[in-house]
Amino acid sequence: MDLKKGTLRQVLLITDGCSNQGEDPVAMAALAREHGITVNVIGIMEENSPEYLHKGLKEVEDISLSGGGVSQIVYTAQLSQTVQMVTRKGMTQTIHGVINSELQQILGKDSTIEDLPPEKRGEVMEVVDDLGETMDLELIILVDASGSMEKKLATVQESLIDLSISLNSRMGYNQFALFSFPGKKDDTEKLIDWTPQLNSITSAFSKLSSGGITPTGPAIKAAINEFTNRRSKRRLITGDDEEYIEGSGF
Amino acid sequence: MMMKNTSKGQVFKLRAGERITGKWHRNEYSIIRELGSGATGTVYLASGRNGQVAVKTGHDSMAIISEVNVLKHFSRVQGKILGPSLIDVDDFVHGQQQIPFYVMEFLKGETLFQFMKDHKPEWAGILLVQLLTDLQMLHQAGWVFGDLKPDNLLVVGPPHRVRWIDVGGTTQVGRSIKEYTEFFDRGYWGLGTRKAEPSYDLFAASMIMINLAYPQRFEKRKDGGGQLKEAVKNSSMLSPFQSVLLKGLYGKYRSAEEMRNDMVSVLNNKGTSRMSAPPAKGQRTASRSGQRVKKKKKKRAVMFETVLLGSFLFIVYLFYLVSQSM
Repeated sequence: MDLKKGTLRQVLLITDGCSNQGEDPVAMAALAREHGITVNVIGIMEENSPEYLHKGLKEVEDISLSGGGVSQIVYTAQLSQTVQMVTRKGMTQTIHGVINSELQQILGKDSTIEDLPPEKRGEVMEVVDDLGETMDLELIILVDASGSMEKKLATVQESLIDLSISLNSRMGYNQFALFSFPGKKDDTEKLIDWTPQLNSITSAFSKLSSGGITPTGPAIKAAINEFTNRRSKRRLITGDDEEYIEGSGF
Repeated sequence: MMMKNTSKGQVFKLRAGERITGKWHRNEYSIIRELGSGATGTVYLASGRNGQVAVKTGHDSMAIISEVNVLKHFSRVQGKILGPSLIDVDDFVHGQQQIPFYVMEFLKGETLFQFMKDHKPEWAGILLVQLLTDLQMLHQAGWVFGDLKPDNLLVVGPPHRVRWIDVGGTTQVGRSIKEYTEFFDRGYWGLGTRKAEPSYDLFAASMIMINLAYPQRFEKRKDGGGQLKEAVKNSSMLSPFQSVLLKGLYGKYRSAEEMRNDMVSVLNNKGTSRMSAPPAKGQRTASRSGQRVKKKKKKRAVMFETVLLGSFLFIVYLFYLVSQSM
């Protein structure tokens, strides 16, 4: 597979607790991975929240593990830097995974980058860094809009604008879409359609109405559908069979 | 193996006296103590075959290898050594895990804050000039430091000189900054992108000065740019360098060299103005250093000024009369 033509497809899920409606989010993340979509998760924690709430955030790690991505639990204040770090790491990890599966085809089943001597590993890593910088990125951001998140949404908004600064400093091309869950009518609502800039975000969050339920699983499923529809639509229009890189090869 | 770098980040520590042996090159290092730990790993002081070295181990093999690549580039491009030189790269086996590590030259010195505690404030400006000299060389070689902050610098010597200790965030010009710390990041303050270009480092260099004047740092308010300007103005340590720092913050310098030269000329001027402070000639004394001048001289100066002011007013009055009569 030619990585240079490919597009990285990532989901960034921002939540503060446990899902309580619909499909199991961990299963949906595994499904996403099968589609070559990486799921990264950020769990937001309040500075003085009780201990039992922290345990609820265990789900955060489980989702990212099964989605082949990266997770991080943070206090609200550190959100900005974490959002960009997790996204970047998630991208690197996806590319790393693809290269590992390529290596396995060449060198045999149990070979990974870690098994190479340090000098060779350095060369491979340079390729990974290159790709992370130059590949196009399609990112769907899923924001938990359940009641407890209401006070944190201003910070989330700020951190997403910050993320846009980071990603648009890359050489590759970016497309973002923003979804909230639960939406007004459905489990998921598309707040911002595909756009190269996240500046329009300010108005998007004011439309949000926080609800009581947290349908995390259905939200991930909606993201998968969005990616697949987009892909087939584009193929229909342009006729080109653009390649997506599959992160499930490791 | 892929999940090593999820949030768990199994932080494990080596103890003093523990020995690690490289799997590939078979070099042995015995740990003396921990020097510090950051986002990508922990740095230890250790003794190797040829004396004391700094050993960095990490839980994220990708990040460690990335850093090694940067260190290698340093040794490739520079005639003069900018960062610590790279000695060895290897893995060691710890229980079931294979842990990557690399070995650097151990630099002995003080942190910027420790150093400034024992030295006069003018040193801050001189350290900045040194830093800018090094940055100029780095930029010319096609690299941007990225995560420039006091934690990543050390003052070695005497003779005192700023050195870089952690070059992990160094990025090729034109790419996006890999690693940053909010307080030193122009994106955070709303003053630019995170594209690796010389002006990104010059912003951070200016922020290092601000940090030296405000060791506690501060949080961003709405108008980041205006806030930083106020911070520079309100500090007696920074205000002499105001013009240079503001240009650095607002991305007005095209190269580190340009900023360095401005900084040097401010430092020079500061010196000369103090030396030429006790002039004996009339008009200037009253405003500059009146207290030191002998009483008699002072009296005469005041008289001279009164006469000067009187004649000036008289001339203005004359003009006024002329203009009225026309």
